[in-house]
Amino acid sequence: MIEIYLFLIAVAVILSMYRFFRGPTTADRIVAVDIMTTLTTGLMVLFALYYRRAIFLDVALVYAVLAFVGVIAFARYMEGGL
Amino acid sequence: MSIASIIGQALVLFGTFFYAISSLGLIRMPDVYNRMQTATKSATLGSLGVIMGVGIWAVGDVGSYSWIPKTLIIAVFLLLTNPIAAHALIRAAYKSGVPLWEGSIMDRYKEVESSLKRVEEIKEKLEEPLQEVEINE
Repeated sequence: MIEIYLFLIAVAVILSMYRFFRGPTTADRIVAVDIMTTLTTGLMVLFALYYRRAIFLDVALVYAVLAFVGVIAFARYMEGGL
Repeated sequence: MSIASIIGQALVLFGTFFYAISSLGLIRMPDVYNRMQTATKSATLGSLGVIMGVGIWAVGDVGSYSWIPKTLIIAVFLLLTNPIAAHALIRAAYKSGVPLWEGSIMDRYKEVESSLKRVEEIKEKLEEPLQEVEINE
């Protein structure tokens, strides 16, 4: 049953990858990366249940923190403050 | 199938539905600002559903209550940081000069900036005669 959810979230990640490759401006691509990291955090949490290992939840938490920092850094760079 | 598994699966299905909506909005919308608007909100709600759903599902499936605090921490962290990242990103996009969609009706940020400039101009005009008077003395 859990494989269906994993497949659906992977399809959503691939659909947002379309905007990453197609996007006309830089902001479009960074928006797509932001959404892809959020979806990947959910995917990692589902993988933790799929393999029955609670340690993968910590991986998901660290990934969320690093994605937040990366998006903020990209935003500062686009604004011209970095 | 225990009750916790059923509730968790329903929450995960809810979150997956909103994930699909967020990626669809990312493709469908015409503008950076509209894309960010649709995608961030639904992705935040969807990740809340998926992550808390996994925590509740693990009670019935793995048989351990220790998953709930960790999933709660991840969910609260995403709920706090996702809007901040979206706000910073879209502010940077506006300041770097990404144009609005041609069907946009209003631009509040521009209106506020122009009205603030007008207030400063009026202030300068009010201060000028006072300075002249001081110089004449």
